[in-house]
Amino acid sequence: MSTAPQPPAPRAADVRLFPLGDAAVVLEFGHGISPAIHRAIQAVSRYLTEYPFPGLRELVPAFTTLTVYYDPWVLSENGRHQPYERVAEILHQLLPAAQAAAGEAGTDLVEIPVCYGGEFGPDLAFVAAHTGLPPGEVIARHSAPDYLVHLIGFAPGFPYLGGLDERLAAPRKAEPRALVPAGAVGIAGAQTGIYSLPTPGGWQLIGRTPRRLFSPEWARPSLLQAGQRLRFVPIDEAEFYHLQQHEH
Amino acid sequence: MSISVLRPGLLTTVQDLGRHGYQQDGILVSGAMDATALRVANLLVGNPDHAAVLEITLLGPRLRFETDHLIALTGAHLSPTLNGRPVGMHRPVWVAAGTELAFGAAVAGSRAYLAVSGGIDVPPVLGSRATYLRAGFGGFRGRALRAGDVLFVAGPTPTGQQLMAALAASAASAAWAPARWTPGPALCPAPLPNPTIRAMAGPEYEQFTPESRRAFWQQPFTVTTEADRMGYRLHGPVLERQTQVELLSSAVTFGTVQVPAGGQPIVLMADHQTTGGYPRMAQVITADFSVLAQVRPGQSIRFREVSLVEAQALYLAQERRLRALQRAVETVFGS
Repeated sequence: MSTAPQPPAPRAADVRLFPLGDAAVVLEFGHGISPAIHRAIQAVSRYLTEYPFPGLRELVPAFTTLTVYYDPWVLSENGRHQPYERVAEILHQLLPAAQAAAGEAGTDLVEIPVCYGGEFGPDLAFVAAHTGLPPGEVIARHSAPDYLVHLIGFAPGFPYLGGLDERLAAPRKAEPRALVPAGAVGIAGAQTGIYSLPTPGGWQLIGRTPRRLFSPEWARPSLLQAGQRLRFVPIDEAEFYHLQQHEH
Repeated sequence: MSISVLRPGLLTTVQDLGRHGYQQDGILVSGAMDATALRVANLLVGNPDHAAVLEITLLGPRLRFETDHLIALTGAHLSPTLNGRPVGMHRPVWVAAGTELAFGAAVAGSRAYLAVSGGIDVPPVLGSRATYLRAGFGGFRGRALRAGDVLFVAGPTPTGQQLMAALAASAASAAWAPARWTPGPALCPAPLPNPTIRAMAGPEYEQFTPESRRAFWQQPFTVTTEADRMGYRLHGPVLERQTQVELLSSAVTFGTVQVPAGGQPIVLMADHQTTGGYPRMAQVITADFSVLAQVRPGQSIRFREVSLVEAQALYLAQERRLRALQRAVETVFGS
């Protein structure tokens, strides 16, 4: 992990609340992707998971926001309160304690084995040509950093990752593929990610992991969680098939 | 206790009130498009309001009840018949073993709900029996029903048993017998063809030009044929933002009206993604989700702005009506 001084996390007073319809409230912690904002969101998310208030339905963390879904009926306490006012009041009371409880986020490291290139990474050559780096260097740079899982969204278990080497940025394919297999590791613009379900997609595919990213049979259906760190570990084809057998 | 699927219909799925708590894992909520119709159908057969039912889309299935059951139909009017004779909606109906349920012309609305006392018995996945079609889990084997499927039903609830006994006694030698009462029209609205949908301004509303904001509330939008459980693509005035700044992905929900670069809005429905990066023009209020769920491709809708306070007052009023219905059924027929 970086040892550079960390910018201060947003304070409770800096958090903006606004409604998303009549059954959700959004907590906005600032603008732009930053580790400080991410840590603040994780802290509040963890606190509310541990100490849910009555009527809390679920939490959706994202890059700069934490969306809190609530049950207006429960919050109204039999019509005595206006539900949004009540939930905003509860959150304002909780925020200072929730943010003070901020632990060491992002210490949990998950290793994702990836077989780069060949049939598993049909666009590795394109990314190499586009960036002017030899394929081996693309692989080395892609598997070097500890990525931060900002959020899971788009599809079950699909991670939005922060930390891609800027030199690896590459445009999306002009024509999306009709079917990208689950486990495909791709680059789109300055983002890298892993397809969790077979789906159409336009990312440049540089490799594939044999690991499953989600299963409805797991207690926590997504392998990855917002707040974790992730590292790609290059493997060869033999290892890919060996690991795949263990997954299924 | 089972039901045989003779013909599956266009899209018949097992649904409940959805899979909550896993959106942070990227798992959709799913569940009924018209949750009020699902809840009313359940209450009419003495079920908890969240029990699993069949969601039936436009062209209904043909089903055979293999044992005696207590059923109720709500939502869209798809000309339901029992053994070939029309059956009333929005009421409990006792059906004898061997009775066949079929559907005819789609008179009004898009989605009907069939509740059976005891609930459709499929294994819950992550706390819900809702079908998640794209990921292929939940509901009946993660898919829409097919001919030859056999659905198991849990035994009727105590309230359902009381209702069944009363209706069976009134049936004489008939194969089915409907109750003579229905809840009021507030809980069983007739689907309107070109409805007005109430909505609140969305989080990025102010980013749109004044002309686009005006047009959004004043002009009609047509529901295109790209309309499914995930969302409806609308066609109408082009909605333009005053800024081209890209947004970072954030939560979206049922009823979120998002506007991609082309300026034609999409309103998200039960199988909405958990997060999205398009500007959110508006947010349909919960009290009008049912109206939206019953709109058909080709019909037009208008949006009318309401405040958050108004939206939540309407939400609470709807909850009170549902709770009153539940109490009434339990008071009269509960054991």
